[in-house]
Amino acid sequence: MTTSDAGGVLSLGWLLIAAPLFGAAVLLLGGRRTDKWGHLLGTAMPALSFVVALVQFIALLGRDAEDRAVSSRLYSWIEVGGLKVDVGLLLDPLSMCFVLLVTFVGTLIHIYSIGYMEDDRDRRRFFGYLNLFVAAMLLLVLANSYLVLYVGWEGVGLASYLLIGFWSFNSSYAAAAKKAFIANRVGDFGLSIAIMIMFVQFGGVSFDEVFGAADGASEGVLTAIGLMLLLAACGKSAQFPLQSWLGDAMAGPTPVSALIHAATMVTAGVYLVVRSAPIFNGAPDAQLVVVIVGAITLVFGAIIGCAKDDIKKALAASTMSQIGYMMLAAGLGPVGYVFAIFHLLTHGFFKAGLFLGAGSVMHGFNDQVNMRRFGGISTVMKITWVTFGLGWLAIIGVPPFSGFWSKDKIIESAFEGSGWQPWVFGLTALVGAGITAFYMTRLFFMTFHGERRWTDEVHPHESSLIMTVPLMVLAVGSALLGLVLGPTGWIQDWLAPVVGEPAEESSVLSVAVITTVALLLVAAGVALAYAMYLRQRVPVTAPVGSVLTRAARQDLYQDTVNEALLMRPGQYLTRSLVYVDNRGIDGAVNGLAALVGGTSGRLRRLQTGFVRSYALSMFAGAALVVGAMLLVRL
Amino acid sequence: MNPMNYVYLSALLFSIGASGVLLRRNAIVVFMCIELMLNATNLAFVTFARMQGNLDGQVIAFFVMVVAAAEVVVGLAIIVTIFRTRRSASVDGANLLKY
Amino acid sequence: MTTSGQLLAAATDTGTGEAVTFWLLGPIAVLAALGVLFSKKAVHSALLLAATMLCLAVLYLAQDAPFLGVVQVVVYTGAVMMLFLFVLMLVGVDSADSLVETLRGQRIAALVAAVGFGGLLVSGLGDAVVTNKGLKQANADGNVVGLADLIFSRYVFAFEVTSALLITAAMGAMVLAHRERHEEKVTQRDLSIQRFRGGQHPAPLPGPGVYARHNAVDTPALLPDGSPAEVSLSRVLIALRVPGAITPPTGEVVRTEDDGA
Repeated sequence: MTTSDAGGVLSLGWLLIAAPLFGAAVLLLGGRRTDKWGHLLGTAMPALSFVVALVQFIALLGRDAEDRAVSSRLYSWIEVGGLKVDVGLLLDPLSMCFVLLVTFVGTLIHIYSIGYMEDDRDRRRFFGYLNLFVAAMLLLVLANSYLVLYVGWEGVGLASYLLIGFWSFNSSYAAAAKKAFIANRVGDFGLSIAIMIMFVQFGGVSFDEVFGAADGASEGVLTAIGLMLLLAACGKSAQFPLQSWLGDAMAGPTPVSALIHAATMVTAGVYLVVRSAPIFNGAPDAQLVVVIVGAITLVFGAIIGCAKDDIKKALAASTMSQIGYMMLAAGLGPVGYVFAIFHLLTHGFFKAGLFLGAGSVMHGFNDQVNMRRFGGISTVMKITWVTFGLGWLAIIGVPPFSGFWSKDKIIESAFEGSGWQPWVFGLTALVGAGITAFYMTRLFFMTFHGERRWTDEVHPHESSLIMTVPLMVLAVGSALLGLVLGPTGWIQDWLAPVVGEPAEESSVLSVAVITTVALLLVAAGVALAYAMYLRQRVPVTAPVGSVLTRAARQDLYQDTVNEALLMRPGQYLTRSLVYVDNRGIDGAVNGLAALVGGTSGRLRRLQTGFVRSYALSMFAGAALVVGAMLLVRL
Repeated sequence: MNPMNYVYLSALLFSIGASGVLLRRNAIVVFMCIELMLNATNLAFVTFARMQGNLDGQVIAFFVMVVAAAEVVVGLAIIVTIFRTRRSASVDGANLLKY
Repeated sequence: MTTSGQLLAAATDTGTGEAVTFWLLGPIAVLAALGVLFSKKAVHSALLLAATMLCLAVLYLAQDAPFLGVVQVVVYTGAVMMLFLFVLMLVGVDSADSLVETLRGQRIAALVAAVGFGGLLVSGLGDAVVTNKGLKQANADGNVVGLADLIFSRYVFAFEVTSALLITAAMGAMVLAHRERHEEKVTQRDLSIQRFRGGQHPAPLPGPGVYARHNAVDTPALLPDGSPAEVSLSRVLIALRVPGAITPPTGEVVRTEDDGA
């Protein structure tokens, strides 16, 4: 589609980013003075962005389908040699989806945080960081060049670090923040390499330049760029092999987990892949790798989720798995891009709702997270129970809730094509759906049903309105959003101009068969969870469990592998470098100093104090002078 | 006979005097060796005067003698003064300016 | 030997008389200088240096420098060397250098340096252009007149400065030799009191052999009671204890004819 210049309300793209950035600046620079009203300003800014985004969305709707890409250049940033980068914004259907999601869900979570962080004396700083995150995320999705996207990319990474380690007085939380940042860094490295390749091969890094040149580029170059972009996406979206940080990131306050590590930041990787569609379309090998990574992560997250007793970590594993679905879809090419984004949007609603619901439960349990100490609160926390239940139904894919529409479409797309791929990936997606149903139902039953397993000092109670209203809104979204966007075909029509029309492919299994099998697997998963966790008593202490259970509790030994493969060799390398530095370089420098010192120590012995030795040196000098004169004359 | 023989003799006496300065420890003997060196140079000057055919060399030798005399006076006075305090005339006694 | 070499040799020939003088006195001077270097006793060094200087004086005379030759003897040998000897007496004539060298390697280094220096000089001098004009013309009015001509015309400034130097040196010597009087000057009365208070022999000691038959230095004096006084002999003779050196005095009193009555 052609890119037109902005006019009217569509030129206010900068305001979307500037409002939360302004909020962050005021709250973080203002300090304690802004404590009284800081949270209100912090909530108002994303709300303002949402209103502006809504108006722009309506304006775009009013245009023709081919006319919906609007670019606005803000200012010239880099002009060095052959590299010319302008800071500019691109409003098109894809970025509008993200902007609306981020601002809407973000505003709801801000409202929720007013209540959730009420007792924390650093609430103002929290809102400052949240605003910073929203600004960076909006810059990421609105950028019209890879380099500006990178700025937003780094910004969200920074905000994530600050927010995970928000309670930095706890050293394990601070370590979790570090872990997240370092794992992200590996991905950022991939993005830098990709941008460098783009500059070398295509001469520019803006979307127009790169996508324009991608048509004529060689497959090798496109594959290289694609793999590097995939590496970046793995880091940001916690995909295999960079997934180890997401579980530990639950150390941050629950609104952070909801906003960043469920709805928005972790989806930035999917955005990157879908936005780079022209590159991936020209590199089938890279696409295959993307699908494989998605499939592996899907199963990985699902297995881990089955064994976690910490409600937040179970939800984190679920996030990892669902983003695996999105990656799988994005790797399938034009046939899957739309559904990846569709699932991203629905997932944003129901996962945020699930996390906020978990936060509400924790609030009632004095911030405990162990599900083995929950149970039977469906009668005590009714609103939380209903909203959480709607989210649960959405995520396991029960029609007519939103998860069913988006996830089913992904599974159908996975079965399209020929050869071994449809079978492997399709079946993986199906099995994943079954396991998802199992562990999410386990979570739901352990938390809200069964016998009451809490201790005496805990008094579960429903949360205040300011926390339950966002829950309700998100629950409505979880329930209805899929219905509105999916079966009507609206989302396909909306995004098709950006990601391209899929080629007609035949599916190895018919849609009816796939849907039926999927629903059967979901039912089986629910039934199994019912049998294990509702019919039987849930033990308060975790039983030893099978080998797989123990492995899943240890996150399938991901930390062990990371340590053995990366951390220890890295430490060894740094230790040897330090050794070389100490012995070699310092040795050379100190050796030189010692040499000079030693030489001077020897030389000063010439100063014996005896007149006769001085006379000797004078005489020898005189002899040398005479010799030199004779030598000159010879 | 080549008049340069006188100059060779002067060089030889000068070397002997120089080695005496380096080797003897008695301050007065060192001083005497310095006088020997001065005498050697005097001989060379006189020979050069004779070789050149003018008296400039002799005048210089004369001045050298005068200066040597003055130097001996002051030098021996110094040695006597040092001897009064140190009770020893060894040049190795003044060795405090060492490393 | 080529003709030019012969000519060169002839042009620079000094004459046999001078050659004999040189070859006689030169080695003596060198040997005396070596003696200065190697003598154990400082007094020997001083005397050998005087010998060197005398040889040099004769060599000056041989080279048509009579004034300088005489000045060498009078001033240098006569005054300066004697000054050296006086100071040697003051400092301690029997103080001998030990032959052990205290500085490591000094001997070898000094030898090498001296030989090297001498060798370099000699080799450098070997290339010199030799002339032998002689001083016949310069000494036409006499050596002293010729010297005076130069001193008081071309070198008058150096002359004036040198005389100032001499005055300064004399004053310097006086200042250095001056001993500040810290206590009161001792009067003759004080000295006398000291002498008698000490309990020692107050009168001058008798010279040797005064009351004996002989007045040789090795014959002790006799005390009033007739016993020999060891104290009248030189310590050196007693220390030497050469047998037969001390002639025992007789105990008799010498009587003459016009004594008695």
